[in-house]
Amino acid sequence: MTHHISSPATGSPSRATLWLFLLLVLVVVLGLCSLNVGASRMNLLNVFGADPDDRISKLLFVSRLPRTVALILAGAALAVAGAILQMMARNRLVDTSTTGPMEAAALGMLVLAIVVPQGLPLWARFLVVSSFAAGGILLFLGVLKRMPLRSALIVPLVGLVMAAVVHAGSGLLAHHFDLSQSLRAWGSGDFSAVLRGRYELLWIAAVLTVAAMLLADRFTVIGMGRDFATNVGVNYTRLLAAGVVLVSLIVGSVVVTAGVIPFIGLVAPNLVRLITGDNLRRAIPLIALMGAALLLCADLLGRLLIHPYEVPSSNILSIGGCLIFLGILLHGRSRWA
Amino acid sequence: MIETHAVSKRYGDTLVVDNVSLSIPRGGFTSIIGPNGAGKSTLLSMISRLTPMSSGSVMVDGLDVTRTPGNVLARRLSILRQDNQTSLRLTVRDLVAFGRFPHSGGRLTAEDHRHVDEAMEYLRLDAYRDRPIDELSGGQRQRAYVAMVMCQDTEYVLLDEPLNNIDMRFAVDMMQLLRRAADEKGKTVVVVLHDINFASCYSDHIIAMRQGKPAYQGTPQEIIRDEVLRDLYEMDIGVHEVDGQRICVYFRKG
Repeated sequence: MTHHISSPATGSPSRATLWLFLLLVLVVVLGLCSLNVGASRMNLLNVFGADPDDRISKLLFVSRLPRTVALILAGAALAVAGAILQMMARNRLVDTSTTGPMEAAALGMLVLAIVVPQGLPLWARFLVVSSFAAGGILLFLGVLKRMPLRSALIVPLVGLVMAAVVHAGSGLLAHHFDLSQSLRAWGSGDFSAVLRGRYELLWIAAVLTVAAMLLADRFTVIGMGRDFATNVGVNYTRLLAAGVVLVSLIVGSVVVTAGVIPFIGLVAPNLVRLITGDNLRRAIPLIALMGAALLLCADLLGRLLIHPYEVPSSNILSIGGCLIFLGILLHGRSRWA
Repeated sequence: MIETHAVSKRYGDTLVVDNVSLSIPRGGFTSIIGPNGAGKSTLLSMISRLTPMSSGSVMVDGLDVTRTPGNVLARRLSILRQDNQTSLRLTVRDLVAFGRFPHSGGRLTAEDHRHVDEAMEYLRLDAYRDRPIDELSGGQRQRAYVAMVMCQDTEYVLLDEPLNNIDMRFAVDMMQLLRRAADEKGKTVVVVLHDINFASCYSDHIIAMRQGKPAYQGTPQEIIRDEVLRDLYEMDIGVHEVDGQRICVYFRKG
């Protein structure tokens, strides 16, 4: 299949604006659905009706709304983190969940559980786990830098190997300390345990997402390579460092809150690429909305499939993300570098 | 003025650029020619701070290129290298507009748009403005990159093999354009060229490199000569005066 999206409109702003609007509507609709679905029956109308039901508004504000907000923030942030990592690695087939950072963050959770079983304050856990994620990114980029041949397909493969190595290391460690079950729980993230007071970390991810939008042009320049960036006066090394900080803090906040959430950072940017191309100035808002929509969708499906029980959204994403991504690969061009 | 002071580049035991001190005056068109492996591209990319020097220093209008902030230098000197591979899906106009990044940091002003449009028109890219660069032919893409560097609108414009992948018509267009940039806008154009006939026809000044050093420097009349070229390329090259241009003929031996 060599068919590809017709190109003349790729960069047109009106097309981007149209999609921005469509995705915004999609996120709002999915968000409302997400508020309405759950183990106990609830109708949104009852909350704002003439005779407000106290039990229901409590459910809404303590459980449902935090969960929906968490899904939107985490989905948007992970998608943007994926896009930035792709620019830093100069490869569209990588993501935080397929190159090591997410696995490294899960390892961080494990190390915390071993070293300080009594637990640390939330912010401290967040910082430790984010540092592990940063280690994962640096390891991946470091190995890439030393590779003489960076073909389009070798890069994601190296990422997969790195992720698998980190994952295996965590597995060994967890087995030794009898924490395999906890590791499995962090490894398959979901948002069922999100309540008011347990998701606020994700507002940091939201701030970082906005920061990434402000640096969008610079990250596109980075994606064009070191020489290109140097020529237009962008400090390549400094921006790479900023990217590592942004991505690792986003990964850290999501893993501490919900666990490992795969594929969003891979699928969302690649879907948006088909719509508007790679100029992040135009693409980042779409990528964020696409990520939010994908995670909302996965979470909804997880809640509906075996209602009233739940399938973790990460499981849904692993299956769905794989399929969507295969679709993009087959639908798209043969040149993926 | 561009001045290099005792610039060397060493990769392991190989000395690629060997203790080069030269100066390129402000204004005019300078070509760097020489056989493969003479160190032309490496010298150019050290002058433009893309490749770190093993030793020596480079000054551009008195600014040390390794110490001057990147964005200050980016408004004074632009560089286009040979291999501009990218997998990013950017439109031609987006790419060209990045040339304005050092001036406006991404928020394009009316003046920036004027520069972008002008550069696209110069390089006859209007028909492709919304095409993604990954769908262009090699020559079209090369023109898009040159347009980007042109709209960066710097005093010094450095290009490494800008005629790569380009057919004769566009090669001539491109050289005319660079010549005009030097003549009309007073730019200092420095170009690494393989085609010595283009160097002969368009340059004010030629630097001929061999084994990491400038072997000869001078006007085309001084450099494009049988004995100089024989020494440089180790082959017989006949120089003929055709319509007032010094043309090298070397396609058949003996």
